[in-house]
Amino acid sequence: MTTATAPPEEPLSGEANRAAQEPRPWWLGALRWMVEANVAVVTFCAIVFGLFVGAILIVVTTPATLTAWGHIASAPGHSLSVIFSTLGNAFGALFTGSIFSPSAVGHAISTGNGWNTAFTPISETMVSATPLIFAGTGVAIGFSTGVFNIGGQGQLIAGALAATYVGFGVHLPIVPHLILVVLAGAAGGAVAGFIPGILKARTGAHEVIVTIMLNYVFLNLLDYLLVTPPLQQPGQSNAISRTVPASARLPHLFGGGLRVNAGFLIALGVAAAASWFMKRSTLGFEFKVIGSNPSAGRTAGMDARLASVLVLTISGALVGLAGMSTLSGTDFFLSSGYGGNNGFNAITVALLGRNKPIGVVFGSLLFAALSTGGRYLQATTNIPLDLTQVIQAVIVFLVATPALVREIFRLREAGAGKILLFTKGWGS
Amino acid sequence: MNLELVGITKAFGQLVANDRVDLSVGAGEVHCLLGENGAGKTTLMNVLFGMVRADSGEIRVDGQPVRFADPGDALRKGIGMVHQHFMLVPVFSVAENIVLGFEPVRRFGFLDRRRAHKEIRHLSEQFGLDVDPDALVEDLPVGAQQRVEILKALVRDARMLILDEPTAVLTPQETEALFKIIRSLASSGRSVLFITHKLKEVLAIADRITVMRQGRVVGRTTPAESGEADLAAMMVGRDVELVVAKTPAEAGDPVLELHDLCVRDERGLTAVDHVSLTVRAGEIVALAGVQGNGQTELAEAVTGLRHVESGSVRLSGKDITNATPRHALRAGVANVPEDRQADGLVLSMSVADNLVLDVYDQPPYAKLGARDLARVRAGGEAKLKEFDIRASSVEDPVSSLSGGNQQKVVVARELSRPIKLLVASQPTRGLDVGSIEYVHRRMVAERDRGAAVLVVSSELDEVLALGDSVAVMYRGRIVGVVPPTTSREQIGLMMAGAAEAQPAAVAVPSGSGVPSRSGAPSGSGSEEQ
Repeated sequence: MTTATAPPEEPLSGEANRAAQEPRPWWLGALRWMVEANVAVVTFCAIVFGLFVGAILIVVTTPATLTAWGHIASAPGHSLSVIFSTLGNAFGALFTGSIFSPSAVGHAISTGNGWNTAFTPISETMVSATPLIFAGTGVAIGFSTGVFNIGGQGQLIAGALAATYVGFGVHLPIVPHLILVVLAGAAGGAVAGFIPGILKARTGAHEVIVTIMLNYVFLNLLDYLLVTPPLQQPGQSNAISRTVPASARLPHLFGGGLRVNAGFLIALGVAAAASWFMKRSTLGFEFKVIGSNPSAGRTAGMDARLASVLVLTISGALVGLAGMSTLSGTDFFLSSGYGGNNGFNAITVALLGRNKPIGVVFGSLLFAALSTGGRYLQATTNIPLDLTQVIQAVIVFLVATPALVREIFRLREAGAGKILLFTKGWGS
Repeated sequence: MNLELVGITKAFGQLVANDRVDLSVGAGEVHCLLGENGAGKTTLMNVLFGMVRADSGEIRVDGQPVRFADPGDALRKGIGMVHQHFMLVPVFSVAENIVLGFEPVRRFGFLDRRRAHKEIRHLSEQFGLDVDPDALVEDLPVGAQQRVEILKALVRDARMLILDEPTAVLTPQETEALFKIIRSLASSGRSVLFITHKLKEVLAIADRITVMRQGRVVGRTTPAESGEADLAAMMVGRDVELVVAKTPAEAGDPVLELHDLCVRDERGLTAVDHVSLTVRAGEIVALAGVQGNGQTELAEAVTGLRHVESGSVRLSGKDITNATPRHALRAGVANVPEDRQADGLVLSMSVADNLVLDVYDQPPYAKLGARDLARVRAGGEAKLKEFDIRASSVEDPVSSLSGGNQQKVVVARELSRPIKLLVASQPTRGLDVGSIEYVHRRMVAERDRGAAVLVVSSELDEVLALGDSVAVMYRGRIVGVVPPTTSREQIGLMMAGAAEAQPAAVAVPSGSGVPSRSGAPSGSGSEEQ
């Protein structure tokens, strides 16, 4: 009985009522600040705080600094210098591993050689960011329409599969071949998105369940196809696909050494197009209306069921491009469990970018930088990769929380009738 | 228990939901609180039950002033509430639900199921609350679930039971069973506060009746003193005379023709029952009736939002039965929905976007799938002026506007495209007098421009002021179509369904040409019964 519903008469902004009540605790004030502050400010603070948490973890987990702590009373100067040099090394390695190494750049400038080595870190960051941008944009479009596409993994595999088939199955000059490969990637993902879409529209099946289940379907389909001709690499007993020919590979942007390829540019283009789509297109407007208030959309003549099919198809197509981008950009063949966590990390970067395509681009770059930097950190110091994952998690948590909190506040303020709005994602 | 509410006032922003409400319920009394949706009944009960704090006023239990901080407080004072939407755990058994939060425990914190069962069985025998304590709640019919809710309150030793719209979900048989239970509760000395908007039930069960309207108590009576017509008149009000300046209607060709229309509600029950109705160009037909008699469903069927089971809807001779909402809209039907915040607006979006919610993909606001935001903005600004919408900017979210201005946004949008038929449901609910007048004037202007207007309203004043003819709905049927000069008492009787029994009392206007289903056989509308 305590789950009381607010009276339906309560208007949206009950500010006056609320202010009249007892003073609120400090943490509620902090929460409110997070909710209301500028997005860029919150994100920046989240990054700083995430790195700060990382620093604390480094200090309390690294043997050298732990020993130094022991001497903090007897030799404070020494202890502090050990701690700071450890932290300096760690964050230096994060930077060096993800952006560039100042010494390598200096070397390149003075000798005129070694540019590849100097820029490999940032190239690798862009390579890791590419699939995240595609898939994150796709997921973000779904979220802003109130559709929870958790099937990134499956759609990514579908896109990669289609791209691979077109890659080795079709023989064309590079330009038309690549265009076909890209379109195939999008089409593969679109089909994988269409299935939950049509099921949702026709039967009311919830897209979260269906998309999650389809992940397993596509994982296992991939495993099956990998040991079945014509996909399996001939003469191989391993579950590995044929390799796509050079004409189906996305060209490197800066020559042979750096792996950053045309996929990154396509990703930026797709994000820009998606941004336009959500802001300026009539269909994007319809998606947003249905995402915010489906019954108002229906009353205004929109077809919410058609929209859910369309949005899942579009979302799937973009995630499919993510699979295409890794296949044609860096991997050139498929193996079991293809795509790894990209499909799920896409959800994270969509949250990080607050469901805005441009935000997704920056979120993906940050996420990718922490990943590549973290690998370098692990290789050069004793600090495990898990540390950067904790930093990633803290940042995402802090960035995503205000959105969640706002959602809850909106829920409260809107009163009983609007609870439907929140639950719609889980109900019908 | 003697319960008194004295001078309860509660405002939400500008809306006064309860205005100095007094209410007293004695021991062993069945007290009915009657009023339409939005009259303030629910707010009053939320105040009583400690869910909302009143701005002023006092609650007294047996003469002692009390303050309830939360529902738990109210429960401890012996006040139990059965909500309209049951608060049960479907996968728990009846017994588990009843003792939830109040579990009798043995030593070491073990649940004392035996004691729980005994107590439940005892209470259910005493009051004829027939339920199996071991059944799972999800397997029970709604009526039985309600009995579980009542038992929940009784186990907590409630001396006073509040039932919020308890019959809304019940079949007639279940309602009869509920009434028996209520009577046995009352004879045991417990008080029952019964909230409803159904007149017949009030007369069947109440010892005393309090009628609320627009946040105020507008009448206190007993079933012996008042009949259905009196109660209906009290509910819909007669204290404010609304005047709408308009010339006599010049009705033209039929625009909306409903023929033998049947529509079901969410629960699959017949909501609109073989209704035939014609609305002509240049006239306003007001659809009157106590809420919940099928008016909403009828309006939704016309606008394509609800499936038509049988019969037809024609617009200017073209069949639009079961057309999609978009099809109906493009064919020239404008729709001002009953709940503007739920169905009419996207609150988080800007005023400008809300003003084009149904034409966002049409020129000049869009071309080749791309929206022209400059035009949307300019169009929005023009409409702010034209419709006197008070907003600081068209870019503001529409949620920042007052209720009256929000409604003006809906009206402005609907009247900004060429329309043949305007369907407006409760178009002035919750609005201030100025906005009411404005909305009325725009609707009359639309009529004079040659549109057919169908107004659904449960405000008798509005119906009489606005309509060129008044069709009264009762239990899904149109019991009669009368001119707006008909007396309030007569319409009150019809709203209570009385006209069905005495069709002679229903005058059929000759000028409006509105055939009615069960009125006198004046038009094409009264074929098979």
